[in-house]
Amino acid sequence: MSNLFALNWPWAAAVLGMAAVTYATRISGLLLLNGVEVKGRWKAALDAVPVSVMMAVITPSILMTGKAESLSAIIVAIAAYFRAPLVLNILLGMGSVVLLRHLLSG
Amino acid sequence: MVAYVPIGLLWGTLAAGKGFSALAAMLMSVFVYAGASQFVAVDMWVQPLPVLVLTLTTLVVNLRHVLMSASISRHITAVPKGWRYALMFILTDESWAMAERRALRAPLDFGYLVGSSLPLWPTWFLCSFIGAAVGNKLGAPETYGLDFAFSAIFLTIIMGFWKGPRTGAVIIASGAAAVGTKLALSGAWYIMAGGVVGVIVAALLHSEVDA
Repeated sequence: MSNLFALNWPWAAAVLGMAAVTYATRISGLLLLNGVEVKGRWKAALDAVPVSVMMAVITPSILMTGKAESLSAIIVAIAAYFRAPLVLNILLGMGSVVLLRHLLSG
Repeated sequence: MVAYVPIGLLWGTLAAGKGFSALAAMLMSVFVYAGASQFVAVDMWVQPLPVLVLTLTTLVVNLRHVLMSASISRHITAVPKGWRYALMFILTDESWAMAERRALRAPLDFGYLVGSSLPLWPTWFLCSFIGAAVGNKLGAPETYGLDFAFSAIFLTIIMGFWKGPRTGAVIIASGAAAVGTKLALSGAWYIMAGGVVGVIVAALLHSEVDA
């Protein structure tokens, strides 16, 4: 049972630090843009944030891990382009990465 | 919400592999509640624990929230001011991406934001607990391709934003900058670098004619 519920101080310090900086980032945009109207080029820039940031987050996993991951990413992206539902895409990604790893490893 | 189940289970499994108890995994998910940074943190988890480096890396990984909350703040003016700050705690990559997509059609109200975002939080931390408690009995996540689920989710959301070749240019710019930065610098700077470069490209490609 101790294995299920064990906690310790270094863990608590890390969680506290991580939680504090994460919440700070979550509210900072709100504080920065409080009451400011955004349009034109600035709006285009802000609108691109989701795509740009999410792509950067997954780049090491899909472009710098191996051929199986990169090919699976292309497969998932194409399916998503044609509006395949999220759950289907997750299963497609998991399935193709397992299959391609197997095939490409020889 | 369905997507949070495999990802939460996966994260719990990986955390258990680094010595997290199920409760420790769950409480990190309760308080931090930011999947990408939690994956990065577990990846960096060694003894003795580098608390400061973990905190700084989390900050870098989650700096994208500054851009995200700046973007969403334009769409939540109907929400009472005090609640906006509380809502920001439960805005995650996925709920925020959904909210941004909905904001293309209609302004966001409090009910929509709570209804779409709040259930994700217990889903995330309960699955972290279950993943840590039973996940490591499943064997390596790679066997099931579970390690790729997170990428599949993000790819699907990214393609949901597709509006033509300019979106493609942003994706390529962000990816290229992230690859270059990842090769040059250790840590999570590639996230901010890719994010900023993609946004700059979007601003440069903007023309007032079709705005």
